[in-house]
Amino acid sequence: MISARGLRKSFGDFEAVKGIDVEVRRGEAFGFLGPNGAGKSSTMRMIASVSPVSGGQLRILGMDPATDGPAIRGRLGVCPQEDTLDNELNVFDNLYIYGRYFGIDRATCRERAQELLEFAQITDKAKAKVEDLSGGMKRRLTIARSLINRPEVLLLDEPTTGLDPQARHVLWDQLFRLKQAGVTLVITTHYMDEAEQLCDRLVVMDKGLIAAEGSPRELIDAHSTREVAELRFGVGEHEALAGKVEDLGERVEVLPDRLLVYSDHGEDVVTAVLERGLHPLATLVRRSTLEDVFLRLTGRSLAD
Amino acid sequence: MALVQRIPAPLTPAAATRMLVLRNYVVYRGAWKLFVTGFLEPVFYLFSIGIGVGRLIDTFEFHGEAIPYAEFVAPAMLATSAFNGALLDSTYNVFFKLKYEKLYDQMLATPLSTGDIARGEIAWGLMRGSVYSAAFLVVMALMGLTHSWWAVLALPATVLIAFAFSAVCMAVTTWMKSWQDFDKIQLAQMPLFLFSATFFPIEAFGDGALRWIVEATPLYRGVVLCRELTTGVVTWESAISVVYLVAMGIAGLAVVRRRLDALLLT
Repeated sequence: MISARGLRKSFGDFEAVKGIDVEVRRGEAFGFLGPNGAGKSSTMRMIASVSPVSGGQLRILGMDPATDGPAIRGRLGVCPQEDTLDNELNVFDNLYIYGRYFGIDRATCRERAQELLEFAQITDKAKAKVEDLSGGMKRRLTIARSLINRPEVLLLDEPTTGLDPQARHVLWDQLFRLKQAGVTLVITTHYMDEAEQLCDRLVVMDKGLIAAEGSPRELIDAHSTREVAELRFGVGEHEALAGKVEDLGERVEVLPDRLLVYSDHGEDVVTAVLERGLHPLATLVRRSTLEDVFLRLTGRSLAD
Repeated sequence: MALVQRIPAPLTPAAATRMLVLRNYVVYRGAWKLFVTGFLEPVFYLFSIGIGVGRLIDTFEFHGEAIPYAEFVAPAMLATSAFNGALLDSTYNVFFKLKYEKLYDQMLATPLSTGDIARGEIAWGLMRGSVYSAAFLVVMALMGLTHSWWAVLALPATVLIAFAFSAVCMAVTTWMKSWQDFDKIQLAQMPLFLFSATFFPIEAFGDGALRWIVEATPLYRGVVLCRELTTGVVTWESAISVVYLVAMGIAGLAVVRRRLDALLLT
């Protein structure tokens, strides 16, 4: 569906994407993970065929965005990071008029707009102004709008940023239903739980490059241990104690408020720590998550 | 939701332009009152200056023919109404859509192109200007201010004026950074309105460079075109005006498209 080879994007001297290879297959949910400024949005804009490629090759649905932009866009659904709805039109017309831009005839547009209002659970708001909608409703309307042309590929840039937990779960359900219906999903996010929930496969991007690639499970296996033992000592003691537990796991990470010991057997680590006469104030053994992988790969310091 | 692979044929440029006009029409459908002010302004000028001040003036000479002052001012107001209508949409509204609403970014997620957006918005500005002019032309006819069948051609002439200004104003707007920049548009709009031989003949500028400059300004070309048509004193000046306005519109359209490419397709 989407294939990129050595894809690059630069803005003047700044290189946002420094040569990435990506292959998205039909029907899968593919994620781009990465901190702010990693190049996710630039990549998405190139796939959306609104941002000219600076180097490398990009094919979407077998077509070249440089020459077939309108034809590609006719088969894509784009849900941008900010809700860029048409505030001068009411909710129904946002769907209807948008559909007309695709060359869809009046009757079909009306029918689909009605269907999508139900899908987004905002049927009773059809005549409302966009500005009167809640954040969650706007988001659902934006996603509904991106489906008006029955896209084969749906691009979602940070789909749940700024939503409350209820709204996020409703959205995840809807995206899952779309995937079931055969729509290929391409998602950028910096929420690890979202990536684990939604993505079959993902790439972690950092500083314009791909740092890792695979399914959430594969990434955890490859870049972290099965479990993590979290040891909490008194404030200021962590740095000094790190050396004493270093050999118990594959890796130890020092945080201001706790030590993280990465090991396939977390309980054994805790037992060994106690045997050594150390007395943590609290201990916790948990499974490794994508978040551990992410922080390992992209570091804990702020990107911007 | 079933996945139906029925892909509609991409819109032709003309159909795409219609869709943008449709969008703007739907927005304004419920706000027709906003349209009325733009129409009334030149009507008020016609009454106050054309008729009011006109009483103090016997007749006026235009291309060697004596005409009442109101008949001199009315076609200028006709051209101005097209100018005003085109200006409203292609400056403030375009800026709002471009910078704040991100409307064009939304449109570019669909098969629409920057060329479609340029044509659509300019077509809308053109239509708004033309509607004002058509209404004004009816007022002129009812008041007996048209004196020749040539006046029928004043309507396409105003469409041309609206096209030229709509295109160029939209092009200029793409360089605007903030609302303060619009003071500059006002700064251009006022003198164009007052000095394009709207209220007094071009001969008042003497025979020097000033007159040449005024004759080369777009609103003057529009005014003189309308005036020749409504008074029925048609000369080769009308032909110059038509060519001038067409060229101006096409150049503006091309610039708008390139600017939208530079601003939106980054």
